[in-house]
Amino acid sequence: MAYTENDLKEDLKGKEYEFGFTTDIESDKISAGLNENVVRLISEKKNEPDWLLDYRLRAFRTWEKMEEPEWAHVKYDKPDFQAISYYAAPKQPKVLNSLDEVDPELRKTMDKLGISIEEQKRLSGVAVDFVMDSVSVATSFKEKLAELGIIFCSFSEAVKEHPELIKKYLGTVVPMTDNFYAALNSAVFSDGSFCYIPKGVRCPMELSTYFRINESGTGQFERTLVVADKGSYCSYLEGCTAPQRDENQLHAAVVELIALDDAEIKYSTVQNWYPGDQDGVGGVFNFVTKRGLCETNAKISWTQVETGSAVTWKYPSCVLKGDNSSGEFYSVAVTNNFQQADTGTKMLHIGKNTRSTIISKGISAGKSQNSYRGLVKIGKGASGARNFSQCDSLLMSDRCGAHTFPYIECENSTAKIEHEATTSKIGEDQLFYCLQRGIDEEKAISLIVNGYAKEVLNKLPMEFAVEAQKLLEISLEGSVG
Amino acid sequence: MSAAESKKEKFLSGISAGSSVHSTTAMNKLNGLDFPTRKTEEWKYTRVSKLINSNLTKGEALLDAEVFSIQQLDSYKVIFTNGNLTHSDLEDNSSISIRRLTENDVLLNSQANEEEIFTTINLAYEHGGLYIHVSSGAIIDKPVEIIHLVDGKNTFAQIRKLVVLEPGSELQLVEGYYSSEHGFAFSNIVSEIIVKRNAKLHLDKIQSESEEHWQINSEYVYQEQDSSFSINTITVNGGMVRNGLNIVVDGSNCETSLNGLYYLKGNQHVDNHTKVDHKKPHCTSSELYKGILDDAATGVFNGKVFVREDAQKIEAFQQNNNVILSDEANMNAKPELEIYADDVKCSHGSTTGQFDNDAIFYLRTRGVGEKNAKNLMVSAFAEDVLQHVKNQPVRTHINTLLKTRFDWKL
Repeated sequence: MAYTENDLKEDLKGKEYEFGFTTDIESDKISAGLNENVVRLISEKKNEPDWLLDYRLRAFRTWEKMEEPEWAHVKYDKPDFQAISYYAAPKQPKVLNSLDEVDPELRKTMDKLGISIEEQKRLSGVAVDFVMDSVSVATSFKEKLAELGIIFCSFSEAVKEHPELIKKYLGTVVPMTDNFYAALNSAVFSDGSFCYIPKGVRCPMELSTYFRINESGTGQFERTLVVADKGSYCSYLEGCTAPQRDENQLHAAVVELIALDDAEIKYSTVQNWYPGDQDGVGGVFNFVTKRGLCETNAKISWTQVETGSAVTWKYPSCVLKGDNSSGEFYSVAVTNNFQQADTGTKMLHIGKNTRSTIISKGISAGKSQNSYRGLVKIGKGASGARNFSQCDSLLMSDRCGAHTFPYIECENSTAKIEHEATTSKIGEDQLFYCLQRGIDEEKAISLIVNGYAKEVLNKLPMEFAVEAQKLLEISLEGSVG
Repeated sequence: MSAAESKKEKFLSGISAGSSVHSTTAMNKLNGLDFPTRKTEEWKYTRVSKLINSNLTKGEALLDAEVFSIQQLDSYKVIFTNGNLTHSDLEDNSSISIRRLTENDVLLNSQANEEEIFTTINLAYEHGGLYIHVSSGAIIDKPVEIIHLVDGKNTFAQIRKLVVLEPGSELQLVEGYYSSEHGFAFSNIVSEIIVKRNAKLHLDKIQSESEEHWQINSEYVYQEQDSSFSINTITVNGGMVRNGLNIVVDGSNCETSLNGLYYLKGNQHVDNHTKVDHKKPHCTSSELYKGILDDAATGVFNGKVFVREDAQKIEAFQQNNNVILSDEANMNAKPELEIYADDVKCSHGSTTGQFDNDAIFYLRTRGVGEKNAKNLMVSAFAEDVLQHVKNQPVRTHINTLLKTRFDWKL
């Protein structure tokens, strides 16, 4: 008998989250709750200087006065901020010099994730800053990068060794008062990555961080700061997974990118946090603030593949401050079962002749809700600004939703803005054609979906593109209806 | 009394409360409503503080509106001056009935009771009313022409219309909004339209009030199976115009067509909000809104298309194009889609830009002056919308209004 859609659906129902395992490492976790003392405690545990403690406290006081936003097109039970433990670091006796010193359990986790550091080193030359439960445990390729003057280290290390850079740039793109979750992150961020590319240097390899939420009942609050000095270039990869857990885990990160004159930053994310099971139980709340600042002639490019998380709330943005700067946003967001995603971008055109491109591809299946929400704002002074946006949605079941909420604000008469959006399902004739050529339904769907998302996947660095393609297949198998 | 409440009371002090049961219900609801602010998503780009801080009174009905009637249009004529029904070719025959709206006319369309403050005010306070009823199977050959004229003496004009098309009937409506040349006034207009099975309604709305005039115009349309509804909203003038077009398509095989043109200059502000809610399968809707913004004018377009669960085979298209002619002008567009069914074809497109300089250059090389070249481009741009105005006298009337206001010599 032919393999029907229903068979495929059955097969898939049982499709478990492939990264659902926990690692037994003794973890240094502080008790749940959030108050000024907790903020002080985090700062103390990390031996932070006074100015940073002061920054955290100011953020905490701002946060206390703020209310959780409700405008996003998502429904969820608000997290209880007093039930979360705000710090969980794997216990590490000392700073590590080589990978051999890393706890074997931890190494196993990395192997399971398929990002074995050795292999990465050997095969792709990627430097990985591995963040497990908020604390950076291993950074590879450091010396090689150091020769070029590139700083790529954990955030805490950067605070100790390059306080002047952190002081200068921290919170300049995402101020602590920006929004509820940014304020929370500014108060309790545990660790993250810091990257600085000196003037005129072209970073020879892809810089990469892997986030993983391990401890149950913890929130991951990492902070990433990438500064590309004049005329430099870097490509940064970020990947995220979380083990399977029934309760919802909170992830509220802040990513700040600063591209000074003539610099270029390419930031790619593959997000595969635990999406909850097929009944919508559990999963990660992904509330992330990502923003980049472009000075004259600079360029920032965001590429994201979002397949995980129960609830996603994420708008990587570009502030096109300098003349001739440009911003790009390429996104594929896949939701299945009960997942909800409200994601998009903001392009703020301030400088003259600024350009921005938005390509967003949403795919919704099961009973999920997938929204694109974006803002294109052309300021008064942004003469000659140019924007092109395209938001397509693909619907794979009759119980899911695809929504588009674009905001277009134009204050300049020389600007050109184009926006288009379409919503449709996989064409039956496309499917028929594939079947007729001997390609089975499952393969055909994967082929069509990958073709649909190709524009975005093409923008990902090689290694990531392969992974992303696989992820798409895993998340969507059998969900056509 | 809170500050918000006293503001409401002051704003409404010039008009008197209605006496019907519906008015009382609306009045109770009004207590719980506040004026929209910057934080109100539906009013994000439109400020009403100037309006609610003004002192408005009930206007007298003394004006002569005949001058505004469309030349060579054979129609049933209804005239409102300052919100009062002052003239009407009243009809009550077997096919059409045109009469004053009475307290007993039950609100057929419950969606008009939405939590929208201006709609609620319209119902709670005294308003001039019109009721048009087209009998089953009647095809009305003459359009009904409704002229609204408001005097700029801080007039607060309230009008409410109820239009019911029984199954299989057809009607064409032409609405014109005018005011005296100067002075502040505010019109709060609510229309409820029910298009029953297989009925067909076409509406041409022409807005040409003074630059000091404010208008909030809310339409609540309910479509039954196999029906067709189309509207052309042409905004030629008006200080602040807000058009809220809410359409519920609650039957399969319906057609909905919304077209709009706004050409603004000076400090004009026009806000077009459309909402098409597809509740049943096999329907099509198309939207085309085009705008030209000059001087310090600001425009808002917010189009929303809902496709509810199980409303399969919907084709919904939405397009919004804007041309900005000056650096002071400002356009905010928000074309939205909310789709809960999978077998649909929905798309929207929105552009904001300028006229092609090459095209203008070409025209100039052919001896057309710069100003005329621009006007030619504007009229070509507007034609896409104006071609949907099929009634020739109405079309000529719109052209005359545009020519007078924008000094077109084409």
